Order: sequence, then structure tokens, then C-alpha cells
Amino acid sequence: MLIKQLSVFLEDRSGRLTELTRILAENDVNITALSVAETADYGIVRMVVGRPELAKEALEKAGFSIGLTDVVCVNMPDKPGSLYRILEILTDVKINIDYMYAFSNNAVALAVIRAADAAQVIEVLQQHRLQLLSQSDIYQL
Amino acid sequence: MIWNTERECADRQQMQELQSRELVAMIKRMQENVPFYRDKFREEGIEPGDIKSVEQLKHLPFTTKADLRDNYPFGLFTVPQSDVVRIHASSGTTGKPTVVGYTQRDIALWAEVVARSLTMAGVHSGDTIQIAYGYGPFTGGLGLHYGAEMVSATVIPISTGNTKKQLQFMTDFKATILACTPSYAAHLGESILKEGISPADIRLRTGVFGAEPWTGEMRTEIEKLLNIKAYDIYGLSEVIGPGVSMECACQCGNHVFEDHFIPEIIDPETLEVLPDGALGELVFTTVSKEAMPLLRYRTRDLTRLHRGKCDCGRTLVRMDKCLGRTDDMLIIRGVNVFPSQVESVLMEMAETTPHYQLIIRRENNLDTMEIRVEINEENWSDSIRELEGIRRRIDHNIKSLLGIGAIIKLVEPNSIERSEGKAKRIIDERHC
Repeated sequence: MLIKQLSVFLEDRSGRLTELTRILAENDVNITALSVAETADYGIVRMVVGRPELAKEALEKAGFSIGLTDVVCVNMPDKPGSLYRILEILTDVKINIDYMYAFSNNAVALAVIRAADAAQVIEVLQQHRLQLLSQSDIYQL
Repeated sequence: MIWNTERECADRQQMQELQSRELVAMIKRMQENVPFYRDKFREEGIEPGDIKSVEQLKHLPFTTKADLRDNYPFGLFTVPQSDVVRIHASSGTTGKPTVVGYTQRDIALWAEVVARSLTMAGVHSGDTIQIAYGYGPFTGGLGLHYGAEMVSATVIPISTGNTKKQLQFMTDFKATILACTPSYAAHLGESILKEGISPADIRLRTGVFGAEPWTGEMRTEIEKLLNIKAYDIYGLSEVIGPGVSMECACQCGNHVFEDHFIPEIIDPETLEVLPDGALGELVFTTVSKEAMPLLRYRTRDLTRLHRGKCDCGRTLVRMDKCLGRTDDMLIIRGVNVFPSQVESVLMEMAETTPHYQLIIRRENNLDTMEIRVEINEENWSDSIRELEGIRRRIDHNIKSLLGIGAIIKLVEPNSIERSEGKAKRIIDERHC
């Protein structure tokens, strides 16, 4: 249930993000989720994509610096309290979240969660019968 | 092994007698053949015939890079052009190139000092040396070349650039010695990793690196990357090229071939000669060169000299690794800053690379220094908190070493232009 998230270090230069997405488009890689964290000088793009290994190779060839980070993708009902329930579970076992990003559409709400020990997050959330997405689920999204 | 025991292990008195003899002969050649020196001696009230000993060297006038430029191209040659068999020129970043000429004997002398240098680094017949210094008017390539042939090593005269071919020759021809600039050595080491070449296919044992200042930390990094022992070779084209001084296995400074190149350390402000061990500007008098000897040539390199027998058995005076050139030295808000200091801070941190660039600007009459540092491709975190932590640590370490703050910018790996020759480390926009 570990998802390989693509992390990209981008200097603050115009057109860099466009270039990144152009390469993904040319390689027919679909982006399921994306977030950009920015500082004054650089940004970190984090993406969940259909075929992370292929995307990594294509981007590295084009000179991007790519990291693969283990994250957990949890599926929850699109209604008030869903995220709270998950975070409460993690807080109870003292798991710190480094960062997360989430979105909802119709009945589906997904959160991508990054913590130091991704395996522990999976174990705890599965004990509570929460639905986690696998890499192949992402590919089919 | 020592290439020329008689010269390299001479006692002080023998050395001084030799230097005095050569100095007297050089002054005579200058006086007879070069109007520039003749005028200079007259202006300073020096009667060349009065110079009898190397101890009088400190009373003689200096030669500077500006003098070379004023006498461009051949004004300082002491022999007719028909005796000159080769001309080298260093790329003049400002104005005219610096031109040096060599007679047949100068070329032989140069080959010998490089042969001494290579022997000092343990290079011998049976070795295969890949010379990835530029061949051409730059002295690096051809300088190493003739010395390497003199010690009967197998020479691959590949010159600089074309990294793919470098790696192919290195593996296929089983090169055991690599000679190039330290920044290019680091680049080749990283390329080997990137290409996934098996360490078993790399037979390198020793590196002979020079032509730009480098730190002890950079040495450690290159030695690890290439699994070799790295030696510093020092030289400058005005004096002869590579082979002016060289590190022995003790690595306690570079032995200066003072039978040919007499070193002094001076205070760059007062021009007084400083005692051994004091930091100052390195000055050379090239007593035995025929085509273009130089009298007390100011190198602008900052270092120290040490005497006393080395464990390797050589008695030659030793010079420390150059801290930088007086003209590499940046004065930022009144503080002297050497790029090598910035490099040593970065090399101590695993998360960064030795690839950096300093950009100096003047904003509202205040100097600012921006340090662009590439993050480590193999080892970077996608957490802003950790990246900012690295940035703050660089900031803190720079401030505590230099005493002034800098703007630290983390940049993408491989984004700072790679030099295949010398690294472009400094962009000073204050004078543009």
C-alpha cells in the first residue's frame, strides 16, 4: 500500500514547472495529485503519478533531480469529520505527519500523507479498516 | 623514488652556491639582451656586476604581470627568436594574453621538473597516464606530457572535455594515473557513478591535480570518488607551467624546485621579504630559464614557505597549498574572503556538493555575497524543513568562518556550469 511519490526540486525559474509537465505529457504519464511547496528561492513539487519509475527516468534524462518518497494514500468518505478521524488515529499512536495534501471530488476524498515511518501509518490505518490506495489503484484513477 | 637526488637532496650550502651562480648568469643575460631590465637596473641604481650572491636577491626589483603585458608579446625574451622553439600563452581574462617562450633547453628543463614531480607521486614506467589537461597554448597538457614521457609512462594525450571518451579510454586503456584540474577530476568521478561503471573497471591509483586552488576537503572528496591518492602539482605559465612545485607522499606542502625557481615570500603591501612560516605573496626568480627568465616575479599567490628536511628525504623548500590568489581574494564589506574558504565549509557538509558559485553585488552601496550551492543529487530531502535546515547551517558556518553573512541559495544539481578546464566560481557584478 506504499505509494511512490515523485519529489522534484525546482529552482525559482520561469517555465520550469511547464517543462516538467511537458515531459510527463510526452511520456503519457498521468498526474493523480500534485502539490507545490515554495520558498523564496526554490520549490518542491510533489506528485502522485500513474507510472512513477517511468516518469522518474524521463525527468532525470531531461536533467531534473527526482526523489522517490514513500507516502500513503487514504480513501475516505467525502463528508465532514473524515479527515479528523484519520488524524486522530495517527495522533493517538504519536505519528507525526511531515506534510500532506488532499482533495475531494463527488463521493471520493483522497489524502496523501507523508510521515517518517510510512509502514507504521499503513499498519495503523488498516487496523482501523480505512481504505488505502495501492500503486495500481492510482494507475487506474 | 627521487628523480634527481643530487638536486632534490642538496644541502643548503650547495643549493645556495648553485642559485648564486645561476642568478649572476641570469642578471648578465638580462642586462645584455633586454632593454626593459637594463632600464630597470639603471633606475634602481643597481650595478649588475655587484650581484654576486642569492642573498642579494632581496635588493633587486620585482617583475609584475603588468610588465609582461607592457612588453607583449616578446619584449622580455633574452634570446633571439630563432632560439625560441615554443610559445605558450595563458588566456587573458582581462586584455592581452600572457606570453612565454621556451628554448630547446627550457623545454628539457620543464620535462625534468615534471618528471621529478611525477616520480614524487610514485609514477613510473609501466604506468598509463591520462592527461586531461588542455593541450594547446595552455601549459597544462604539454607540460605534463613531456615529463610523463621522460619517466617512460604510457601517455594518453586526451586533453580536456568529452567526458564519455575520457571514461572509455580510462577503462579500455586501463589508465593508472589521471592528470587534470581538481574540478574536472571531481566531474569525472561523478560521471563514473552516473554511468554506473563498475569500480573494478577503473584502475586509477594516483591523481596529479593542479592549475586551480583546491582545499584539503576537496582532496578527500576526489580521493573517495575515484579511489585514488591525489597529489597537488603547482605551477604557473609565467614561471614555466606545471612542475614549479609538487607534493610528495608526506603531503606536508609542495617541494619547490628551487634550483631553477627561487621562491620568496613578501608582504604584498610593504614588499619586504617575510621570514619562513609567514603568510604572504609568493615571488619567483627563474634563474636557469633561457628564453624568458623572470626576476622576482610576483605570482599574486598567497602561501607560506617552510624549510627543513622532509621525511621523503628531499631538502627542497616547501610551500603550503595556496590559500588563493591575491586577485581571487574578494573584499566584501571590508572583509577578505577566499573562495577556498567557502568551499571548505561546503565540503564538510554531506548534503551539499563542491559545486558552488559566488555572486557579489553592490546594492545601495553595500556589498552582498550570494552563494549558490547545488544540493546533493543522491541525498536530498523533499522536506522544506530539512532543506531550510541545510540552508541555515551553511549560513551559520559561513558566518562563523568569514565573519560576514551571505545569501545562501540552494539550486538544482548540475545547474552550475561545469568547467572542463577551470571553474568559474566567482561572478563579481560590482565592476560591471
